[in-house]
Formats: sequence, structure tokens, C-alpha cells
Amino acid sequence: MTIEELQDIGKIEKEKQEGFKYRIHVCVAAGCLSSQSGLVKEALEKEVARRGLESWALVKGVGCLGLCTAGPMVAIEPDGLLYQGVSVSDASDILEALGGPPVNRLDCSAHLPFFARQKKIVLENCGRIDPESIEDYVAEGGYGGLYSALRTMTPAGVIEQITKSGLRGRGGAGFPTGLKWTAVSKTKSNVKFVICNADEGDPGAFMDRSVLESDPHRVLEGMAIAGLAVGANYGFVYVRAEYPLAVKRIRTAIARAERLGVLGRNIFNTTFSFDVTVRLGAGAFVCGEETALIASIEGRRGSPRPRPPFPSELGLWGYPTLINNVETFANVPPIIRKGGAWFASIGTEKSKGTKVFALAGRVNNTGLIEAPMGTTLREIVFDVGGGIIGDRKFKAILTGGPSGGCIPDQFLDMSMDYESLAQVGAIMGSGGLIVMDDSSCMVDVAKFFIEFCMSESCGKCVPCRVGTVQIYNLLKRITEGGGKPSDIQLLEELCDLVKNTSLCGLGQTAPNPVLSTMRYFMDEYKAHIEDKVCPAGTCHMNPTEESQ
Amino acid sequence: MDEKEVDRIKVNEDRRWRLVNRTMRLHGHQPDALIETLHAVQESFGFLDLDSLKYVAESLRLPLSLVYGVATFYHFFTLKPPGDHTCVVCLGTACYIAGSSNILKTVEEQTGIKPGETTPDRKLSLLTARCMGSCGLAPVVVFDGEVHGKMSSASVLENVGRLLNHDD
Repeated sequence: MTIEELQDIGKIEKEKQEGFKYRIHVCVAAGCLSSQSGLVKEALEKEVARRGLESWALVKGVGCLGLCTAGPMVAIEPDGLLYQGVSVSDASDILEALGGPPVNRLDCSAHLPFFARQKKIVLENCGRIDPESIEDYVAEGGYGGLYSALRTMTPAGVIEQITKSGLRGRGGAGFPTGLKWTAVSKTKSNVKFVICNADEGDPGAFMDRSVLESDPHRVLEGMAIAGLAVGANYGFVYVRAEYPLAVKRIRTAIARAERLGVLGRNIFNTTFSFDVTVRLGAGAFVCGEETALIASIEGRRGSPRPRPPFPSELGLWGYPTLINNVETFANVPPIIRKGGAWFASIGTEKSKGTKVFALAGRVNNTGLIEAPMGTTLREIVFDVGGGIIGDRKFKAILTGGPSGGCIPDQFLDMSMDYESLAQVGAIMGSGGLIVMDDSSCMVDVAKFFIEFCMSESCGKCVPCRVGTVQIYNLLKRITEGGGKPSDIQLLEELCDLVKNTSLCGLGQTAPNPVLSTMRYFMDEYKAHIEDKVCPAGTCHMNPTEESQ
Repeated sequence: MDEKEVDRIKVNEDRRWRLVNRTMRLHGHQPDALIETLHAVQESFGFLDLDSLKYVAESLRLPLSLVYGVATFYHFFTLKPPGDHTCVVCLGTACYIAGSSNILKTVEEQTGIKPGETTPDRKLSLLTARCMGSCGLAPVVVFDGEVHGKMSSASVLENVGRLLNHDD
């Protein structure tokens, strides 16, 4: 494969698609598929065939169009029309309207701010390309980054661009990617591994799933560039078994890429070889932690181990291993194509680029969004998210899932970046954003998360295994009306202990939701304990004699 | 399970075992094939019983204790046979905020079973999940592998009723 051959593939595909006057894009990511978008696509195809328009209109399945709440979504190119809530019976009207005025009842223009406020790098192909077609990805410049990295750059040059871009790990902790790559590249070993962490166990987050389902080749290209930079020839994608569609699409993508010669042996006629294997997770939140993930790939229980040594020195089967999140890898190809300086020009001083968020909860527009670092919470909730459902009052937004914190309304104008979030006791996390209105009880939310951490604790270290149970019991007692005034101090002490003495990230961050709700919503805790009332009305307060 | 029985399975490869054996072969019967193999067993049989755990342990030359440890560590694996139909209520954050705990309570009341249990007539298994990744459609309930979004207690009860009265 030469660059000319690659460009030809892209050109032919582009010409083929542009030969159609209209291209009808139907979202076939998991969100829309569960609202029957598969049937909608079939109906549209049948309708095109019935009208004999096969050479005029193309029906194409594409990745996530973003606005999951309004699914199934259908986009009409090149008009740029967007239809929402499309059903099988609408197929005929949609075709009828091609070239004329749009179908008004399906019009999605009311959601315009949702799309206008976003900036897409990771998701640039989502909703535009067919995730199962490698040609479509190549037509958008795909694998061009891998080619330039292989043919025009040295491994050190690739790492230099990544370092210059200021890209930080998108899995949550925000560790500078360039530093991680440098550490692995400096180790002396003939065997090294690259692992893509797609074990998105954080409830309320679906960014990694959407990227894998919508644009799997981008992740593979990022992994291959990483392999080249650090000197690894094997890659693993560790993905949740709960995401069957993502598993299927990444497996298809690997097979197609190998056939085309952009993965496997002697990529682009160089000496570089890179093989990727999919490994299935089996439903353990702790396996998102890198040492636990490695144990799981090795076929063992996912128990973390103390670090150092870090996986960059002693990883999979004892070899140096680079572990990055799906979104981190997805950022790599554009950085190589456009340069580190371009990426560094987006975002804030210390947090560069964009971040993909899964916006869910009590907002009108739920779905997948991507915004530059530094966008304020207000813009995300009220402009992109379209405000709170039913004009209720915004209460808090939860970032980072069970390891994150609840941010109250006084910080709505805060910029979203790693440092600012840490300052208010939350974390960036993988990007799940859950918006809560005044119908949510914050003590109950804290209980919900600690219950999650309690059941997901692997049981290896005592503070996490025992501490989370004790915190849960205290919160349960409080939400049932049996709380004592001394419980507050007890909670604070316990949280402090679990946070500072646990072995891995799960335990160290488990108390965050409790601590942040106590910090900003102490009045709700007090109402539960002193007045035996739940201000939001969600807890069933039932104080008994003995618990008093 | 003695060695003879292991051989019997190997020789008379039941069609369902074929997938399992193929998975192990693909990984060269290395110990790291364990989780992939358990996935294959669960895909073929719906659950992991003691005999299949013994067979996998034997084939991969791993202690049974380790195989059992892995099978019980991961939530995805189930050691109990599922009912004819499954109803999975998502208790992820977005669904929880949207009231999925009430949905679960109604289903529990109607069927008389708790999460992880199967009705006595083996028609329906009730399960809970931690996020299906369809948070935009919260609250989500999965019936027989099919994701249903924006559910209410009433619509879930209707679906559960349909599954319970289904005769096959």
C-alpha cells in the first residue's frame, strides 16, 4: 500500500457517494437502534427501491448523530437537514420531500443550539461515515496520519508532536499523554504492548461506546501510531461485554484494516507490524483501573496491585505497556495530521483540545456532545442541553460518575477543565455528565454511588472493602430517618480514611460524591437527621424507636 | 468430572461445546484464555455450571479454585440457569435519576421475585444492570436483549405481563 493507493481508495469512495444527488444518513448507533432505527433504515431502502431512485438517493447507516433523546435521527445530505423521531411510516414522506420543503413534523431545527455550540475533533466523523466501511473512513483522510507518522516522522518526532499538543489522558485522571508515551518508549524491551481501555464501567457514561460504534478505525489508527511511537507491535482493545455492538464494530474494523494492509504485517511497505486483538471485559468496574485491567487481560480476577512499578515498566505479562483511553487514542490521528500546535491552540492553558461528554439526566437534550475545554457548565446545561426538563430548577451536575462530585449552581459559570473541576471537589472523569433537578435528593444520590462502589469494590484492600460498607450503612440510616447528629462527623472521618488509605483509584475516589454533597448540601443532610424530613421527597423517612 | 468424562466431551463434541473448544484452541490453551472461554461457555449454554467450569479448568490446566474465583468475580457471568425470558432493569445513574428504582419495585411486586432470581415456573428472570450506555433514553429496561427506552412502570408491567403469559 502506498499513499497514492490509499488516496485513490478515498477518492473513488468520495466520487461514488457524491454521484448520488441525495445521501440519507440514518443513525445506527446503539441509542437510535434501540428506538428502531434499523427498521427505519430498511424502510427507507425499500422506499428508494420502490420508487426506482437507487442511482439518485443513497441510504447510509452512520454513527451517532448526537441527540440521542430525539432518536431515531435521520440526516439529509447535502441539504444539511436533520429529522428527529423518525418512524417506519415516515419513509415515504421523507423521500417525497427530497429537493422540496422539508417534512415539518420531523424537523429538528429547534435543537439548533445543541449542534452550534459544539466543536468536533474526536466526533468529526460521527454521523457522517458508515462505521463498517473502511473506505468511508479513508475518504475522510483516515489512516493518513498513520502514513505520515510511518513515512515522514521518527518515533521521537511523533511523541514530540503529542507532547506539544498538550493532550492529557481522557480516562479521567488527565495524565499528560506525551509523558506516558515517552516513559514506555524509553524502556528497553523487545516486546511491548499498547492497550486501549474501553471498559467504560462508569454508569451514565457512553462516550467510548459511541466512538467505537461510530468511528472504530480512528481508534485503531491512534493505537497503531502509539505502537509506532513507543515501539510496540501488539495491541489489545479491552472492551465491555455489555456493549455487543461496539465489540462487533471494532472486530469488523480490525478485519477490514488487516485486509487493506493498514494493520498487520509490514504496514505501508515498512518494517513496522502492528496486530490488534479484542478482549472482552466481564462487568467489573474496577477493571477500568490499569493494573486491574492488565490482570483481567491475563485471564485473572481484576484485582489492582500497588504502583510503582507502573505498567509503563512492568505491565502485561511483565512487559512495558502503554494504556490509554478510547478517546485519547481517537485524538491522536488528527494531532498527527494537523500538528501538535494546532491542537494546543484549542482549549485552556492547561487543558488542551476538546472533551466528549455524555450528557444525561434531567436536561431536555440528552446525548453525545463535544465541546472545547474551558466551556462553562452553564453553556453545556442550558445552551447545548437546552435547559432542565419541565422548567424545573437546576440543582446540581454530577461529573466523573461514582468517582466524581456534585457541582451546585453557584459554580455554573466555572470553566470545564481538569484544574477547575478538581478545585470544587469533582473530577473530569471519563466525561459522564448527569444533570439533577430539585426532585433529586442529594443524600440519596450519595447513597446510590457509595452502594455502587461498595458492590464494585474488588475486596483486596480493607479500607475500600469495609469502609464503603460502613459509609453505605450510615447513609442508609440517614435516608431512612434514623440518623444521629454525630453521624456527620463519623461520615467525614470515614471518607477521609477511605480516600487516603485505599489501594487504587476506586477506593481513593469512592468518597468523592459523599464529600461533595456534604460540602454543598449540608442543609439536606441536616434536614434528614434533625427534622427527619427529605426536602426533595424521595426518601421514605420512617424513624423507629431504636434507631433514634 | 473425571478425565474420562472430559475426553468424552472432547470426542463427541456437542455442537455447543464446539464454540468453547474453538475459543480455547484459538488462544493456544493458554491461561489468559480463561475469561474469553467463560464468555464462550455462557454464550453457548446461557450460564456456567460446575461441570463446565471443571471442564474449562481441566482443559486450560488451571486450578478449579482459580476458575471459580474468576467466574464469581465478574458480574457478567452467571452460575444460575436463566429463565425463558429476561428482564433487565438498568440502575445506572441516569436511569436512577429518572426513577428506575420505582420501576424495579413495581416489577418485584408483580412477579414476586428479587433481582437475580427467576420465577418458579422458570418463565422470567429479573436482573439489574449498571448502565447499558443508552442514558439518552433513560429509564431503560432490556427485555430479552432488546433495549426499550423511556419506560414507565406501566409500560414495563405490560411487557412483563406479555412475557409471563407467553407459551413457548
